[in-house]
Amino acid sequence: MKWLKPFKKASVQQVARLSKVAAISAVMGVSAFTGQASAKADFELGYPEKEELTIGFIKLTDMAPIAIAYEKGFFEDEGLYVTIEAQANWKVLLDGVIDGRLDGAHMLAGQPLAATMGFGTKANIITPFSMDLNGNGITVSNEIWAQMKPNIPKMADGRPQHPIKADALKPVVEKFQSEGKPFNMGMVFPVSTHNYELRYWLAAGGIHPGFYAPHKGDTSGQIDADALLSVTPPPQMPSTMEAGTIYGYCVGEPWNQQAVFKNIGVPVVTDYEIWKNNPEKVFGITEEFYNKYPNTTIRLTRALIRAAQWLDANDNANRPEAVKILSQSNYVGADYEVIANSMTGTFEYEKGDKRPVEDFNVFFRYNATYPYYSDAIWYLTQMRRWGQISEDKSDEWYKELAAKVYRPDIYEKAALSLVDEALVKLQDFPDFESEDGFRDPQTHFIDNLVYNGKKPNDYINQFNIGLKQGDRI
Amino acid sequence: MTDASVVSQSVNEGKSSPLSFLAGLGIAVNPGKVFSTVLMPIIGIVVFLLIWSGAARNIDTSLGKFPGPVVVWEQFGSLYQEHVTEREKAEAFYQRQEKRNAARVAKDPDYVPKIRAYTGKETFLDQIATSLVTVMSGFLLAALVAIPLGIAIGLNKTLNAAVNPIIQIFKPVSPLAWLPLVTMVVSALYISPDPLVAKSFLNSMITVMLCCLWPMVINTSVGVSSLDRDLINVSRVLRLPALKHVQKIVLPASVPMIFTGMRLSLGVAWMVLIAAEMLAQNPGLGKFVWDEFQNGSSNSLARIMVAVIVIGVIGFGLDRAMLAIQRFASWDKSKATH
Repeated sequence: MKWLKPFKKASVQQVARLSKVAAISAVMGVSAFTGQASAKADFELGYPEKEELTIGFIKLTDMAPIAIAYEKGFFEDEGLYVTIEAQANWKVLLDGVIDGRLDGAHMLAGQPLAATMGFGTKANIITPFSMDLNGNGITVSNEIWAQMKPNIPKMADGRPQHPIKADALKPVVEKFQSEGKPFNMGMVFPVSTHNYELRYWLAAGGIHPGFYAPHKGDTSGQIDADALLSVTPPPQMPSTMEAGTIYGYCVGEPWNQQAVFKNIGVPVVTDYEIWKNNPEKVFGITEEFYNKYPNTTIRLTRALIRAAQWLDANDNANRPEAVKILSQSNYVGADYEVIANSMTGTFEYEKGDKRPVEDFNVFFRYNATYPYYSDAIWYLTQMRRWGQISEDKSDEWYKELAAKVYRPDIYEKAALSLVDEALVKLQDFPDFESEDGFRDPQTHFIDNLVYNGKKPNDYINQFNIGLKQGDRI
Repeated sequence: MTDASVVSQSVNEGKSSPLSFLAGLGIAVNPGKVFSTVLMPIIGIVVFLLIWSGAARNIDTSLGKFPGPVVVWEQFGSLYQEHVTEREKAEAFYQRQEKRNAARVAKDPDYVPKIRAYTGKETFLDQIATSLVTVMSGFLLAALVAIPLGIAIGLNKTLNAAVNPIIQIFKPVSPLAWLPLVTMVVSALYISPDPLVAKSFLNSMITVMLCCLWPMVINTSVGVSSLDRDLINVSRVLRLPALKHVQKIVLPASVPMIFTGMRLSLGVAWMVLIAAEMLAQNPGLGKFVWDEFQNGSSNSLARIMVAVIVIGVIGFGLDRAMLAIQRFASWDKSKATH
């Protein structure tokens, strides 16, 4: 990271120069190429090497930064002509990025990590931009909800007390087991956030979600399982549950709210309650793409940062407009009301039980877009916990892999060049001078454990259910 | 005024009436036959619409009521409206692009401006066009291979014996089974930095071709081998050289069978293409249906129904078109009937 040094020095002066630069760019108009005009000796953002790009996504509300960057012209401001394409499922999407059909995509945070590690398809995928925080929920079918409900403590007004823990589900699963019936649940991909969140929630309530054993060729993830988890593409979750193939699922929006609208299930817990402000999707590209087209990558990141900022601006004031865009059939395509339910700060649990969750979808606040190494390492710890990483790894290994995939260096370039053009404010970003890529030890997990990204092995050893240091299936 | 005359009058007047639509498709409007060829189909359609709307009202899906004819008709309108809006957006896109190109050339004189195609979504009408182009290219490609091959097999018993087992084994295979193989082979072999046609187009086209190939080969070879002995004798008497024999005797005599094969395969190809587009997420009507299904919005079912009707009408149109061509190309008009 040699080039970082002169750049960092410059950023100190930038703060002082901020007002001056703002005046200049205001005069020049906010065009794509002011970066070129106000160029400095240390870092000059050139024209994009590749201008026509195809970006893939899965129909989930958290693809919003991509749709907004397109619709609000942020991509075009960078001189990028982007085609946005919905993908059938996460595997097709990842293969598309690897074989070059897609230049970049809305990805599960675990995908670039697993691909770089070689769990599943091996490829060097990097991420310069984290797309959002939170945004998922766990939904169970009406039948399961009816059996769970008596086990949930009530509030004074008779509504269930939140967060609902998996303790309430445990007797139901035990009943299924005693009858010899498998308790099936859906998640979207073996390395998806949803898989780890569902597992985290189940395990915190004493329900074993099963181990993976890739070294033995077992990638079903159902060894020793009380609840059997399997893959279903997000948009098909509600219909699969309706068909009775699964009893519940963990998925992003709008597919939890869809279940409420269709009267087929009840969302019991959001990932905000499982782990407050957990990192969600990332924007993934191949390392080769960045090496070949550095300017294009930085410009893509710039457009996405601006889109994320727009999404959270003025306390979510733009959200209704964003929901309208997302409800177009070429983006998420679900009804306005369904998407609006979660995007505009509320979440409907049981039909009629609508509660405020201001931060259900966070796109920019709390440094949501900065690719923290600690976020990557949390996913790696869960991969180790459930056996997807079958061998013990040192703390250094976790850090190295995270640094290989998560690229705050690209993000920093993009952010500082935007600051330079007064399109964003420096105080909205982490302090690039001192940032080491690790969030402070994080609390607010549903089981009250503390996560310190610098000590992944110590973290893994805390769990009751799951592999610990030295364990092997 | 009798019913029949009312009907024939409206045929002459209204451009938008369903009768002129039928007339345009080559159904003869003869006052004497109006009853059986025009009136009854209309009654049939009306009864169908009634049953449909009655049934729709009683089917509750998790996406709301099953769409009846009126809702579906509204979606026709809204899909067209979306198309118009998208075209306006495309226009604005090109204007912005020109400005941006001009600004860049002013700053960077070496830059060679390039106009890039609109990046927005494909509308329903675009998807129809894509599907039609795909099916026709696959079909023509198959004809180019299948007809010469069929003639060769039909003429030569030895070749027939050699090729027949292969054809018999591949014929019953659904082309959808080929799809994954086609996809992998195309992505492995078709590598170009600036491809002429998209890979997805090639995948769909080859799948269509595979599905058209066998009925055409078989029908052509059967047509050729069941040539009338008299015609063969004529050719012998005239001592026609091999190529002339094919051109003057074999082809004209087997045209009805060749076209039967082509009509059959085009019908199947159209069905398979929709399924292939759905499965492989290749642009076209199949993808439209699948995307709408995934969206799960309250309009989705009605939009899918629109697509179903359009697919049906196009399939019917393709079949009629083939029939018309067959009539035109065949020397024995009496044999070319539906």
